[in-house]
Amino acid sequence: MSIIVDSNTRLLVQGITGREGSFHAMRCMEYGTNLVAGVTPGRGGSVWEEKVPVFNTVKQAVEDTGANTALIFVPAPFAADAILESTDAGIATIACITEGLPVLDMVKVIRYMEGRPTRLIGPNCPGLISPGENCKVGIMPGNIHMSGRVGVVSRSGTLTYEAVNQLTNLGIGQSSCVGIGGDPLGGTSFVDVLKLFQEDKDTDAVVLIGEIGGTKEQEAADYIKNHFNKPVISLVVGSTAPPGRRMGHAGAIITGTAARAEEKVKALSNAGAYIVPSPADIGITTKKALENSQ
Amino acid sequence: MKIHEYQAKEILTAYGIPTSKGGVAKTPKEAQILAEQIGGKVVVKAQIHAGGRGVAGGVKLVNSPQEAYDAADALLGKNLVTHQTGASGVPVQNVLVEETAEVSKEYYLAIVVDSDAKTPVIMASEAGGMDIEEIASTSPEKILKVSVDPIVGLQGYQCRTLAYGLNIPADSIRSATSIITNLYNVFQGKDCSLAEINPLAMTIDGQLIALDAKLNLDDDSLFRHPESSSLRDKEQEDPLEVEAIDAGIAYIKLDGDVGCMVNGAGLAMATMDSIYLANAMPANFLDVGGGASEEQVAQAFRLILSDPSVKRILVNIFGGILRCDVAAKGIVEACTGIKQTVPIVVRMLGTNVEEGKEILNASELSVTLVDDMKEAAEAIKQSA
Repeated sequence: MSIIVDSNTRLLVQGITGREGSFHAMRCMEYGTNLVAGVTPGRGGSVWEEKVPVFNTVKQAVEDTGANTALIFVPAPFAADAILESTDAGIATIACITEGLPVLDMVKVIRYMEGRPTRLIGPNCPGLISPGENCKVGIMPGNIHMSGRVGVVSRSGTLTYEAVNQLTNLGIGQSSCVGIGGDPLGGTSFVDVLKLFQEDKDTDAVVLIGEIGGTKEQEAADYIKNHFNKPVISLVVGSTAPPGRRMGHAGAIITGTAARAEEKVKALSNAGAYIVPSPADIGITTKKALENSQ
Repeated sequence: MKIHEYQAKEILTAYGIPTSKGGVAKTPKEAQILAEQIGGKVVVKAQIHAGGRGVAGGVKLVNSPQEAYDAADALLGKNLVTHQTGASGVPVQNVLVEETAEVSKEYYLAIVVDSDAKTPVIMASEAGGMDIEEIASTSPEKILKVSVDPIVGLQGYQCRTLAYGLNIPADSIRSATSIITNLYNVFQGKDCSLAEINPLAMTIDGQLIALDAKLNLDDDSLFRHPESSSLRDKEQEDPLEVEAIDAGIAYIKLDGDVGCMVNGAGLAMATMDSIYLANAMPANFLDVGGGASEEQVAQAFRLILSDPSVKRILVNIFGGILRCDVAAKGIVEACTGIKQTVPIVVRMLGTNVEEGKEILNASELSVTLVDDMKEAAEAIKQSA
């Protein structure tokens, strides 16, 4: 079992003929994901790598292949358009890898998606993976994952790989790992993912990796305190970041006290989460939490 | 991207928002001429990308063109230190010379994107002239907020709600709603991350006027605003940061002595935190990027080497799209022809890690190779 993506996922890649899109579409397919279509306007009718049909529009791709999940590699100036296109075509889950979408584009996208059944992961995220289902919809290295019963949710890319690697090295497998992205405005939140992990009977515990900026970790802490009954292991990075400076991610900027790492750690600790003392200790803290909960 | 007050006011004026009569001067003589043209009392304001100018002596009220010359002379070419700048301050290369206004009341007006509501939000307060964070913490009830639906846009009733909520006198309501509408047009039209008028002043003869203005532009939208790139003032930024931006590297100068190079912003912050937990301080934040090339890695590493405060270096690469052998080659390339003077600790993991380690071992560099973040922190502790 897993959340969001699994063996029923029928993947479509928007921007499949680009350098990044092509590279990662191949890695997803090698991992076992059912890649059914690619979309690149102007390249419809061709076949990518002699394996996957390419369409001019998402609508056509959905009609012909039954694609239900989209992975977006379209450049930032056109990425909002790509998200809206998949939303309108009735895609169930969109993961947008593209980084650098203008904030005012995202404002419109999020408002448009309200009340529509499509789920957006990202933008500026590594995507998501369900190792036990051999389904990878993203850019994470597949080989560091192993099938298991711990969920991972994170705002970061390589730090998520670091966390997964520490888990796998200790023999702790993962049910699903979701990178929700580093932008201030994203689709799916920590709380959305926690709700799904709460319902997933094959997830025993969740590793939650936050960072400075915004108040998403506090919202997660509220939810954990009141509704979540599985162990949460949490790391918040950026305690050494100076206020007012954007630490790479558009969302990782301290404006006001609540955006500081220490406030987020305090909220998560008060909610009963296990706090990871140092980034090197994600695996070991999870191991202890799992032993405690048995 | 931050821009100067005078540039922000030029944009506001173009969008129909009243600002004070005045102009920008690069020399004391220009300031004197502007003061003559304006006549009477003028204010001379240092143009820097930081707040707190008034308290720091960067805003001077003067009575004559000669005094304007003297005030500009005292500011131009010097560094101004405010509570928002570092200890060395930032250079003043322009002053704004403006007519003074006799003010009866000051309001606050700003637009930002609210990441909770996920919409633009207009904030207004009768407690103008103050720092909004201070108003928010001491008397949040004094801040009026209106969320704007991005699909239908700002509505007339929302502007009236704000104007009446601010207790604007009846004669000036239309002027206030027009300023709010036009500021929203600036926010949308220029893709701002912040559009702020503070204070929005009511003069004694009943005119509303933007006395100070701040516009921050969304860096990610600059591709559709080619006209905005000319507004950037690199002199206001740290030279190493300017070099990094031009090379497509996310870099922020910090106060410590451990230079670090990492791929990924989250892992970079985690690495900085680890350095801190090892009783050391990072000299910088540096995210070389997910898919960096050998040349970009080399540029990033040269950037760290060129920082005189760096006494040791920690590299943390989780190879994925960026392969470890590419990272290793970049490091070696950056050090070619340079005598190594600082210890280098490298933690590499993931794609092509063995090739990466071989490249470093075969090079002339003396590198401490470690396998995980715990060992990396320990090695940094040892290097002190």
